[in-house]
Amino acid sequence: MDLISDLRAHLDPTRVLSHPIERLMYSRDASTITPASPEVVCLVTSAEEIQHCVQTAIRHDHPITTRGSGTGLAGGSVPLNSPVVVVTTKMNRLLSIDVDQRTAEVEPGLLNLDLSRHVAHLGLHYAPDPSSQQSCSIGGNIATNAGGPHCLNAGVTSAHVLAIDVILPSGESLTLGGSAPDPDGLDVRGTFIGSEGTMGIAARIVVRLMPTAPFVVTQLAAFPTIRQASEGVSAIIAAGILPSALEMMDANCIVAVEQFAHAGLPTDAGAVLLVEVDGLYAGTTHESTLIEQACLAAGATSVRTAQSPDERALLWKARKSAFGAIANIKPNYYLHDAVVPRTKLADVMEGVVRIATEHELIVLNVFHAGDGNLHPLLVFDKREPGIEARVHAAGKAIVELCLAAGGALSGEHGIGLEKRDYMGLMFTDAELDFQRRLRNAFDPDVRCNPEKVLPIGSGCGEVSQLHSTDFPSAHITDTGAWI
Amino acid sequence: MVTLQRLKPSSALRAFVDEVGDPSTGAVTVLGAGNHWQYGGELDRDVRVIRAPSGVVQFEPSEMIVRCGAGTSYQELNNVLASANQCCPLDPVSPDSTIGGLLAAGMSGHRRLRFGAARDLLLEAQFVDANGHLLRAGAPVVKNVSGYDVCRLLVGSFGTLGPIGEVVLRCRPAPELSRWCVIEHHDPVAIRARLFQPSCVLWDGARVWILLEGYQADIEHEINTLRALGAVDSSSGPSLPTRGRLAVDPNEFADLAPEWTKRGKWIAEVGVGTVHTDWQTPRRTAATPLERSIKHQLDPTRRFSPGRLEL
Repeated sequence: MDLISDLRAHLDPTRVLSHPIERLMYSRDASTITPASPEVVCLVTSAEEIQHCVQTAIRHDHPITTRGSGTGLAGGSVPLNSPVVVVTTKMNRLLSIDVDQRTAEVEPGLLNLDLSRHVAHLGLHYAPDPSSQQSCSIGGNIATNAGGPHCLNAGVTSAHVLAIDVILPSGESLTLGGSAPDPDGLDVRGTFIGSEGTMGIAARIVVRLMPTAPFVVTQLAAFPTIRQASEGVSAIIAAGILPSALEMMDANCIVAVEQFAHAGLPTDAGAVLLVEVDGLYAGTTHESTLIEQACLAAGATSVRTAQSPDERALLWKARKSAFGAIANIKPNYYLHDAVVPRTKLADVMEGVVRIATEHELIVLNVFHAGDGNLHPLLVFDKREPGIEARVHAAGKAIVELCLAAGGALSGEHGIGLEKRDYMGLMFTDAELDFQRRLRNAFDPDVRCNPEKVLPIGSGCGEVSQLHSTDFPSAHITDTGAWI
Repeated sequence: MVTLQRLKPSSALRAFVDEVGDPSTGAVTVLGAGNHWQYGGELDRDVRVIRAPSGVVQFEPSEMIVRCGAGTSYQELNNVLASANQCCPLDPVSPDSTIGGLLAAGMSGHRRLRFGAARDLLLEAQFVDANGHLLRAGAPVVKNVSGYDVCRLLVGSFGTLGPIGEVVLRCRPAPELSRWCVIEHHDPVAIRARLFQPSCVLWDGARVWILLEGYQADIEHEINTLRALGAVDSSSGPSLPTRGRLAVDPNEFADLAPEWTKRGKWIAEVGVGTVHTDWQTPRRTAATPLERSIKHQLDPTRRFSPGRLEL
């Protein structure tokens, strides 16, 4: 029996897609990375169906790529080597809520924001909140160990996942973690989270829910320059405050967003900080006063406090719709994700602007400043001759700048294909070899999401040669990306 | 082309790597303060015992992270952090416990309910691989998804995958005020549900201890909330039994409590599931095939803490 017939033997044939147009729908993620074609696409509805897909792929010696909502920004779910693509979007049920222990049991395709909406009436929410939370899935969040503005204080996905039922690359199923804390042995749960689909497929997930704070104060501080706003970030942290969120937008971004969101952003500012504290009354009142003082001392020209939940929602809408707003400027963009130590923020931000200027590009910055997690957004018109090369060169220079400041390649988008060949800039050959062996422990045949995360041949001499090429795997597509 | 950006390892860290040695030097394990050797299983015989470097290497308060030798005691680290009103909520029962020991044994502190597990505090680890190379896991930044999460794999691995020499930890602002209080004979789950964010709720079957932290007016507000449930007394907090630890689904506390009470003294972390006991708790009997596969890939000659975790 051929692969597709074999898959259809156990799956409803209408959920095994093989027509070229159907396959095209699953050829890319939300990044600008070159699409690839899956051999076949399976829309699974249960752990048993996932297991069937994996076992069938093994029998036919085919690779497997798992896909959630396809909102990834690093090419993680781009189907390389004609794989069986396992799509989890139909597994979108909230299976149970344990109010006493503040946990929820979910399927991997459940959308991030839907989970929080479902538990809001209980005074609970799911803390990790990527900007794509209206459309990204919990399973995808696990694959990338996703972050979001409110992960500054609450922690990223890994801190909020207690247990995962996984279908391993061998086709076996296994529960990682559990409702009891730290089951005996290695934290395989923690290793699986952020493994970008290379260590198996999550079929059921138990997450921790957080109590929603009774008081929230959201402030918008305007600064004349990015440097002063960056110093504001350090001043807030140095004042002993870890806000629930601490975001920055630069002048280009403010102007683009304000046209779109009409949130009353100061369009004459060099940068704004969006700062939020939550908790009980005295703490939020005291800390918001300290934040205002720290911002003013760092050079803020105004600090606006949201006076109502509606005003707060509008400010967050402005922040989270930033990427949509840039279509007003240019049709294409390249979004970066890197992390630097918080104290290096001011220097690195100036460096990012300098790099963009040197390459004659427009850069917008909207990012998780409190985490030092940069998202420089290079906007351009692909039709302009020679511009792609400049975008790639600028992107590479930004990555190198962040690493030179002691930072990391990715804070929340993952490595995927986009940064795979940059891993050697952050890790030694021995470190890459260690990671490759860790992957081999899960997937000795490299069946799950091949050619992602680790450079090909990691641990060997060929790695260093790969560094000299500019984004060999990340070519810009004709279409724009939606986030 | 850019070269790798790394801090030069300190001479103490280099000496540690030399001491771990290459595969020809045989099996080796790292001893901290020795406070948690009742957990994680029996070490094989004839294993060389070494110690990790000690001392705070770098602390930048406005970065809210700290770099220290794995052999640094919690007390020493905490003293440095307290000078800038910060803390690292590992909260060991014995302050002489080393940071490396706490991480290797995966010992989360009693404030885990609010501040998270030990595994969420480790940002970077400098450790030695089976070939004797110094490797870095993670990076000195608070958010990082570059490659596999080797830091979380090392926490709780009891030294079986590679000896940790130096670490970078996430810190937090120290709360302005900490106050324990106690309520007798009340449902601990209902108490937790009444409060916004207690740092810790402990239960011994009869009493419920609550640790409230933050600003004075908020703490008083929370205590007033508790008063609606019954008499609330101030407390210095219980002393946790240290002979054993159980990991239990917190929903099973009520069913299991009578059996624990027959065994001896116990205190359970409500909403977390860790139970501190004054009796020795059973060790695991076998590792899973996946764990054995990880061990085989990363330490094929079983030279790191052989026997621990049944690996």
